[in-house]
Amino acid sequence: MANNDIALMAHLMRRAGFGASYEELERRAAAGYEATVEDLLNPGNHPSLEMDVLERRFVDWREMNALEVNQAYWTYAMINTQRPLEEKIALFWHGIFCTGNSKCEHGRQIKLQIDMFREHGLSSFRDLLLGLSSDPSMIFYLDNCMSHKDAINENWGRELLELFSMGVGMDGESNYSEDDVKECARAFTGWTITNAIPRYPYGRYEAGFIYNPSDHDEENKTFLGETGNFNGDDIIDIIARQPSTARFISRHIYNFFVADDVQVPAWQSTPPRDEEAIKLLEDEYFRSGYNIGSMLRVLFNSDSFKNARFAKVKSPAEAVIGTMRVVKDYTSPKPGLHNLASNIRYMGQDLMNPPTVEGWHTGGEWIDSGTLVERINFAADQVGNLELPGVQDMVARVGSDGPATAEQVVDRCLELLGAYELADDTRAQLIDHVGRGGDLVPGTPEFSLRVGQTLQLIVSTQEYQFA
Amino acid sequence: MTSIKKDPVLVVLQLSGGNDALNTVVPYGDPLYADNRPSVRVPEDQVLKISDYVGLNPNMGPMKQLFDEGKMAIIQGVGYPNPNRSHFRSMDIWHTCEPDKVGTEGWLGRAIKEMDPSSENVLTGVNFGRGLPRALAMPSVPVASVGNLASYGVLTGIEEEDQRADALDVFSRIYSPAMGRGGVVDYLSRTGMDALKGADILSTAPDMYSSSIEYGGDVVGQYMRNIAQTHLAGFGTRVLYTTAPYNSFDTHAGELQAHAKLWSETSQAVGDFMDDLREHDAADNVTLLVFTEFGRRVHDNGSGTDHGSGGMAFVIGENVKGGLYGEYPSLEADKLLEGDLHFNNDFRSIYSTLLENWMGLDAQPLVNGSFEKFDFI
Repeated sequence: MANNDIALMAHLMRRAGFGASYEELERRAAAGYEATVEDLLNPGNHPSLEMDVLERRFVDWREMNALEVNQAYWTYAMINTQRPLEEKIALFWHGIFCTGNSKCEHGRQIKLQIDMFREHGLSSFRDLLLGLSSDPSMIFYLDNCMSHKDAINENWGRELLELFSMGVGMDGESNYSEDDVKECARAFTGWTITNAIPRYPYGRYEAGFIYNPSDHDEENKTFLGETGNFNGDDIIDIIARQPSTARFISRHIYNFFVADDVQVPAWQSTPPRDEEAIKLLEDEYFRSGYNIGSMLRVLFNSDSFKNARFAKVKSPAEAVIGTMRVVKDYTSPKPGLHNLASNIRYMGQDLMNPPTVEGWHTGGEWIDSGTLVERINFAADQVGNLELPGVQDMVARVGSDGPATAEQVVDRCLELLGAYELADDTRAQLIDHVGRGGDLVPGTPEFSLRVGQTLQLIVSTQEYQFA
Repeated sequence: MTSIKKDPVLVVLQLSGGNDALNTVVPYGDPLYADNRPSVRVPEDQVLKISDYVGLNPNMGPMKQLFDEGKMAIIQGVGYPNPNRSHFRSMDIWHTCEPDKVGTEGWLGRAIKEMDPSSENVLTGVNFGRGLPRALAMPSVPVASVGNLASYGVLTGIEEEDQRADALDVFSRIYSPAMGRGGVVDYLSRTGMDALKGADILSTAPDMYSSSIEYGGDVVGQYMRNIAQTHLAGFGTRVLYTTAPYNSFDTHAGELQAHAKLWSETSQAVGDFMDDLREHDAADNVTLLVFTEFGRRVHDNGSGTDHGSGGMAFVIGENVKGGLYGEYPSLEADKLLEGDLHFNNDFRSIYSTLLENWMGLDAQPLVNGSFEKFDFI
């Protein structure tokens, strides 16, 4: 099999999922690139996690109230899912439609929202916005339950436009006015929840969405130039057909799946990094009736995507899960999962508890001297652990052709980790280092150790921090 | 050991989760305290009294002693306008001094930049804990973030020392800035080299340290010990920061028991820290700030207290003029702010005092405004 097929598959799996072991890459490359894209876009073709079995091992997964429990569950799901794009798209929407445990203090309630992203994340953006507008944790997080027909609270109305659909502006222009924010908030009066969410003093219990017609503002509203007695779903219909919405979602998809672009607040005045790719996505948004899966299909099959290898810094979740999927640890329930999940937070991404409703800043902003050390040490500890089945597989494969040169060992390790590429100088440094230890004879403990150390040095490089 | 560097040093201990002000600096002399705290109250006879009106939580013995020595300022009723009761947002406001928008730069990150503009010392600021608090975040300012001083470093998982040394040698060559490749990669390289340099220096601190003080085994105790070790090693570190474990002061339920343990550990750690510095004749250029993101509701919820506003802060050190500062917020119902203590003092006044009177910096650009200073230092 041609190595560039593997390299391209590794790229697709890093972006549409969380990376894959080399066997999986070979299997998927044999099936073909387009077939793999289809497979990823149809997660329902594969079984979901067997929760009834897992709950027996992790008893706190039954209630899943605390944040830490949810983070452990999500970490496990990302490692073990047979539906990688389902988890990836949930993470994508979570980074945009932020809801934070710091306010909700009810992990399960937020998990229900994440489940909604899992279920509908690849379907119509309009339906997704509707699901979000009636999601109890979002209604609570952005105070729509505090918005009444005679006293609106604009929080949800504003963020729906600014952060969740249209963005403040594009091509140097504003996308909506302050009046649009107020009218939007008016249209969503009455969209509230039964049972307030705060945990105290009565404990955690589920809230439900309820529409309260007696608290809904029935007067006419003028929103983005259209006038009528709009309700929330009418507003969403109007939002969904705006070119600014197509642009905003396309840029988010690009920034998450293709390459690091400037941060969201700069989008009003800074054009997209790859205008052609954005145009492709915008066109498909309208052609498909706002279908996210269709946009991703077009994207994954585009040259813009295929040529964007290593064009983005891994998020902490990608950094942790990508390494775990290669070393094949935590493929079944065992203690220590909470500690493993905490590494994602140590690297700066507290899942289900984003810093603000604006979510996490991405790209180079993931990295500081603290988080970089966390990344390097975490990955090096994993790939240097010769007990782990994935590491043993790699050692065996590196040695499968008999005695190897240092250059072969380095290149095979790079390939097995997911077809990584190093700068020439860096590669030369590694080869020099590996070569200094003398002959590399497979089957010896020393060989395993030196392959493990080669893997450790590779995951320490700048290049490994990119997806 | 005598500390050679005598530049002023600021140590910050962050009590995450929102410490209950009322049960820390207890207004036992106010009948409204008992009225509002039918279940979650410190009994009057246990309060460590400092005036006819207030006293400290009974588990704060070592800090009470510092107060009695005149080395601890208690700043009462600290907050900011339009208090936010979300942990993260409120902590963010304390970290960035940006109450109205979400800021990305921390006040101490800016202070470090001011003190060491070209990052000549990668250890001007050091954090103890996993992950960097936003207070220390500032583009191009390296801050070491140390999970465990005894084992801190890059590639610490390589156990065999020679092998690790070899690996670090390769690492330093790979990350060498001479290999400029532009953009984010260069940024990564610089960050990696800063981390490596910082780790190399920091790793020598524990071996240089000996002390008769035995700190508690809790996280705050161990990190305060690490801070003492780093200060005593004389690396020129000017800002040292640590955080009580993730939201531990968030006492919605079972508060009396949890709060007692938290304060007995925290107070012990603070006392041990001061004793340790004094034993090494290294206390005179250190000031410690202890703060939390908000206070808690005046009325208890039967078992704990919910998120509120109006907190307490402590400033401790040999150069501190001890005493009570700022007025204790009124507990009268009509003086409360949405059921919470109304803050009397902006937290940026504390920062401004520390930055100008202690660190010798111009506070205005670091805290985003001019705030009246205290005279506790």
